[in-house]
Amino acid sequence: MATSLEINGRTVQVEAAPDTPLLWVLRDEAGLTGSKYGCGVGQCGACTVLADGAPVRSCSLPVSALAGVKITTIEGLGGTHPVQEAWVKLDVPQCGYCQSGQIMSAVALLAGNANPSDADIDAAMDGNICRCGAYQRIRAAIREAAAQSRA
Amino acid sequence: MNAHVDTDAARTGATRRELVVGTALVSGALLVGCSPADLLAAGAKTEVGAFGPFIRIAADGAVTVFNKHIEFGQGTHAGLAAIVAEELDADWSRVSVEQAPANAKLYANTLMGVQGTGGSTAIPNSWMQLRKAGAAARAMFTGAAAAAWKVPEAEITVKDGVVSHAASGKSAGFGELLQGASTITPPAEPKLKSHADFTLIGTDRVRRKDSRAKSTGEARYTQDVKMEGLLTAVVAHAPRFGAKVSGFDDAEARKVSGVVDVIQIPTGVAVVARSTWAALQGRNALKVTWDESKAEPLGSAEIEAKYAGWAAGKGALPEKLKWETFETRGDASGGEGEVFEATYDFPFLAHATMEPMNCVAQVGGKGGVKLTVASQSPTLDQMNTARIAMTLPGSVQIENLFAGGSFGRRANFQSDFVAECVHIAKKVGKGTPVKLVWTREDDMAAGYFRPLTHHRLRVRLDKDGFPAAWTHRVVTQSLMKGSPMAPKGIDSSTVEGAMGSPYFKATPAVDGQVLMPELGVPVLWWRSVGATHTAFVMEHTIDQLARKAGKDPVAYRLALFEKAGASRHIAVLKLAAEKSGWDKPAPAGVTRGVAVHESFGSVVAQVAEVRIVDGVPKVGRVVSAIDCGTAISPDQIAAQVEGGTCYGLSATLHDEMIIKAGAVERRNFDAYPVLRNSEAPTVETYILPSTNPPSGVGEPGTPVIGPAVANAVLAATGKATFRLPMIRA
Ligand code: FES
Ligand code: FES
Repeated sequence: MATSLEINGRTVQVEAAPDTPLLWVLRDEAGLTGSKYGCGVGQCGACTVLADGAPVRSCSLPVSALAGVKITTIEGLGGTHPVQEAWVKLDVPQCGYCQSGQIMSAVALLAGNANPSDADIDAAMDGNICRCGAYQRIRAAIREAAAQSRA
Repeated sequence: MNAHVDTDAARTGATRRELVVGTALVSGALLVGCSPADLLAAGAKTEVGAFGPFIRIAADGAVTVFNKHIEFGQGTHAGLAAIVAEELDADWSRVSVEQAPANAKLYANTLMGVQGTGGSTAIPNSWMQLRKAGAAARAMFTGAAAAAWKVPEAEITVKDGVVSHAASGKSAGFGELLQGASTITPPAEPKLKSHADFTLIGTDRVRRKDSRAKSTGEARYTQDVKMEGLLTAVVAHAPRFGAKVSGFDDAEARKVSGVVDVIQIPTGVAVVARSTWAALQGRNALKVTWDESKAEPLGSAEIEAKYAGWAAGKGALPEKLKWETFETRGDASGGEGEVFEATYDFPFLAHATMEPMNCVAQVGGKGGVKLTVASQSPTLDQMNTARIAMTLPGSVQIENLFAGGSFGRRANFQSDFVAECVHIAKKVGKGTPVKLVWTREDDMAAGYFRPLTHHRLRVRLDKDGFPAAWTHRVVTQSLMKGSPMAPKGIDSSTVEGAMGSPYFKATPAVDGQVLMPELGVPVLWWRSVGATHTAFVMEHTIDQLARKAGKDPVAYRLALFEKAGASRHIAVLKLAAEKSGWDKPAPAGVTRGVAVHESFGSVVAQVAEVRIVDGVPKVGRVVSAIDCGTAISPDQIAAQVEGGTCYGLSATLHDEMIIKAGAVERRNFDAYPVLRNSEAPTVETYILPSTNPPSGVGEPGTPVIGPAVANAVLAATGKATFRLPMIRA
């Protein structure tokens, strides 16, 4: 059974069963492997994508719930998004596995709040685990991206 | 020059497990009359270019450095490439990195004898090897230029990939001189730069090479491997350690759309499918019955109680289990003076890498046996794969990928998850690529934990409040026992950090013994290994002794370090104390705790600022000083201290694996909380200037934060911490 999804501005037909989580459709069917699997239960944030601009955990979202929803993945940011540039500038990634999810959460935060406080950052980013412990640079890169965007 | 290498081995402490691995291979290889590297390289085909196994230079002058180590976050791509680029005088912006193939003959870790990453040795073992490789390649270019321009080679300079001769005004890039340089025989002992001549090493120009790929989703991990005809497998694993499949019913599993096969393997029952979701659904529909007659009967609570009893001299020891001495001096029993006694308990810990374990294997077909996987120990993975696929280790190809973390998990003697994938791929056959995917639950339940550990101490004090006699008992599983590389005597990884501690050196009488029971719970090195518990015990004890003596914790330590002649400890402690403002009052509501520990050849001191919020420590600023010898990339050293601190703090505050009757209770992050952004401190890192060879950086930042925080809590509340984690879920 085909489902029609709008991913990164393109309409994509997928064959997956309706209860299939978006994450596995992105990775196995749409060929978009930037979003990662880390827990499958909405606990780690590695799979974070944007649904109509809001950060969602794609591991816990069945494709059947996504008709008419605009999905943006890390690949959809284009590679030179101010948040990505800040990440590169500060060498945020270590193993890098969590970083697509971190970046998507940060993009969503900054889209709604151009000048987030430390508490805002904590609240927006606490759903994204980084086992390498790059947290300090993640926070710094969010502030950097915010400053660049305001400049 | 050899002295450098020897010093490296001595200083990094890499000798521990690495050399035993090497030794076992050496003895194996001697039996068949060849070197271990030859044995492992049998069947291997690796093309080596004109500039040797580590360097390729393209016609446009761009330089590629082959990384024989894994890049699992610790920045080896940048650090190793910078060593080559420095001696080659390459243009750093035009240096890129590729993973080297598996080939122990070309790419063995010089401290291990086999190809592998661990013990924080990637930079230390490569230091002289890559400097020589870079310098030899540079000499080939200067030789080629001298011949082409007919000028004395000594007058030729190289800078940023451009070879020049000032007097004649001639200059050319590596690309233009490539042909000539390729024909020059490289010098066996090329001249190396002195530290004063370094222009790249130690500067902030040495930054990661992979940040962009890792910020765009392009970086390729095992989980991301796509291949023509690739199948995905998930495995129904035993519910308890030691249980075996007794039967299964796959009728429903096979009905799931996309499932292509259900296969019994030694570790369980594999469902092979065309997509991950189909494989997972297939596994849900599978019914497996288990023979639990040999399953581990104990849980973590019973294990902890048993260990505590044994350490206290209560309860008979199982047959063959006996206390073994790891450090002894004088007579620690009896004597006059005040006595301090304490016990400390540490739980099992999961590595919980962000990317759960996984592997892609192809067996049969024309391509031979191939792994596409983030391999921490290619040689072990080759050996274990070869045994299953019935081939020569050297003929097992490995394409090494980025790993979503490891912290030790990806290197073990069984190659557990790699072997599981090879078993499935062998049954599937025909060279079909099979991707084994572990869910978080599979990953957590598989074990290979940092062992649950108990310490019992009795320290008698002299009249000035310094230790006069120190009795120390450790109960923990050995990481090496039962492995093909088991040491004859004690397994030093169980006590490293206590063993050889400067505090022991400063104490007239020491009696340190370790008990290494065997259990059905598989255990493994976990970032910083023995130091994960020994640093806590030593450093938290010392703070309690300092308080008892009414002395400042920094001054108390300095006095002991003086006695022990621990000059590097003194230097980092003084630096951390100075930078943290130890002598000035802390901000209101904040207490400070200090700790110092040496591991993997490096010494780290930290001062942690802690606020107690709702009864729980909240760590703010952490000032770190590190002596890691020559600093290659100051920025990445800082990154490792930051990350290592978070990893250690996670274990201090939250991480705890609970086992009940041999079954893992906590299988995902909802039940196994780890450190999150709002709890992560802001770490400042100060690097002690040094021209010693580089020592470890990936691990030494991990073990110090725990005692530093416990010491800050002690200062705030007067209460010591005798059990981790501090916050029990
Ligand atoms: S994989 Fe979706 S939150 Fe962890
Ligand atoms: S960079 Fe490795 S988990 Fe975040």
